[in-house]
Amino acid sequence: MSGAATVAFEHVTKHYDARAVAAGAPGAINDLSFDVPAGKICVLVGPSGCGKTTSLKMINRLIEPTGGRILLDGVDVATREVTELRRGIGYVIQQVGLFPHQTIAENVATVPRLLGWPDERRRARSEELLALVGLNPLIYRDRYPAQLSGGERQRVGVARALAADPPIMLMDEPFGAVDPIVRERLQNEFLRLQEGLAKTIIFVTHDIDEAIKMGDLVVVMEGGGRLAQFGSPDAILAHPATDFVARFVGADRGLKRLALARIRDLRPRPAITARPGDDTADARRRVSSDPLPYLLVLEPDGRPIGWVSAPSLPAVGVIDASMATAMSPVFDARTTLKDALSMLLAADVQAGLVVDDRGAFVGLVTADMIAERIRPTSASPT
Amino acid sequence: MINWGWIVEHLDELAGRTAQHVGLAAIAVAVGFAISLGLAILAARQRLTRGPLVTVAGIVYTIPSLALFAALVPVTGLSILTAEVPLVLYTLLIFLRNILAGIDSVAPEVLEAADAMGYQRATRLVRVELPLAVPLIVAGVRLATVSTLGLVTISGILGDRFGGLGFFIFEGYRHSFATEILLGAVPSILLAIGVDRLLVITGARLTPWAGARPSA
Repeated sequence: MSGAATVAFEHVTKHYDARAVAAGAPGAINDLSFDVPAGKICVLVGPSGCGKTTSLKMINRLIEPTGGRILLDGVDVATREVTELRRGIGYVIQQVGLFPHQTIAENVATVPRLLGWPDERRRARSEELLALVGLNPLIYRDRYPAQLSGGERQRVGVARALAADPPIMLMDEPFGAVDPIVRERLQNEFLRLQEGLAKTIIFVTHDIDEAIKMGDLVVVMEGGGRLAQFGSPDAILAHPATDFVARFVGADRGLKRLALARIRDLRPRPAITARPGDDTADARRRVSSDPLPYLLVLEPDGRPIGWVSAPSLPAVGVIDASMATAMSPVFDARTTLKDALSMLLAADVQAGLVVDDRGAFVGLVTADMIAERIRPTSASPT
Repeated sequence: MINWGWIVEHLDELAGRTAQHVGLAAIAVAVGFAISLGLAILAARQRLTRGPLVTVAGIVYTIPSLALFAALVPVTGLSILTAEVPLVLYTLLIFLRNILAGIDSVAPEVLEAADAMGYQRATRLVRVELPLAVPLIVAGVRLATVSTLGLVTISGILGDRFGGLGFFIFEGYRHSFATEILLGAVPSILLAIGVDRLLVITGARLTPWAGARPSA
């Protein structure tokens, strides 16, 4: 693995002359600066014409800046030989741009061929990458792009970009041309892939939801190629720097933050619990001292059975599983707060049960705790 | 009507004339293609040359063929050049237009991807643009070949060393001998149809990707 590289924009500008602007040249760039640490996904997001694609194409010099510098691992891209630079940068675009006259395996091996890898190594690399993006090499390697679906072509596009193991990948609306269900799947697969690859990825989208989902860091750009805000998705949602950013991320930015946080980010609170066979009098006494007048009955192994209200507990006797009613939704550490809140609303209850990987009860999460989490004043989790 | 006996007596000559016909056309198509490919590459790389090249080829194409054959006689005599120069010139416009249309037909995102992968200009032309232009280039080869096979007939005006099957037509016309006219006309039509089919099949072999459709 050649690892990942840092990317730095230093006062990058791009001006077009009046004639080019009249001819519909895309957005100019105005003093753009930001740093992306190695191994992170940085999403450039903004309305159309804000210059996000221009910024992306300046990294591999498909477009040359008018001023400023772009550094990869501290080296100004303008000083690198252009084809050599590009062969070290993966590139994925919305229209994919596979070569229609080459088989899938040949397409994937494009950069290795340009780099002069021997046949055997190229073939092995193609097959390895097809498998990595979820396409069976035996089925797909000898097909032509026209024989693939949009989603399959996009996977091949990702495999091709990864072929020479570049430390940086540029992705311009890579999942923009497929239907929402396939997009969701490709996004999730890509995030899982990235966990293993840890490439530095610069990703362009106009979709704020995609930016929030995919980005470790987000650059919000506004018209005229200006940087409006740079930060983690949660920081941008929690503290939009300007009215423009607030409008761009949407009035539902609080709800969007819920999709970013998971149950593991909260500290579940304890509940009054008992197990079948426990003494009811003792349980009544313990419940009466708690603001929540409910007793949670657990299996001997700790898995939750359900709730018993304090008044319905017999004064004497033992707890029985049949007394308990399962009402609360069950969450695990990975449940997003957005899903948790909607499950609470659907079940029409205040509290949900957090369980560990074995299903044993850990604690309670209430709708209030989730709401607290997205108050604009609450601290950023990262 | 038709003197079959005469035809049988002249089968050897028919074979010879057919070979000559194919030979004259093949040279013209091959030379015309080579020149056009060079010009098309020049036009694709130096955009400014494109307009003038296509215009000149277009003007040449409008010159009547009979006039051009005749006009060359004082210059080149009755040599093979007199027959081949017009034949080659008439292919230029067809080839040039089709090769350029083929190069133009390559999708912009394919070119962008090629650039971003680190193709150099010349490599991109040879490995991406020209292969993708093949369907339109093959269409040009078919058009130019069929048109040249027709024009070879007219070069029969230059005498019996030229014209291929067209020589029978001129001779038959001179002697008002319908059988000989038909011996020139019918095989030249069949030849054009046959060669065209052959080129269609060859084109399909060259571009297995073009017929590729999603498989279930």
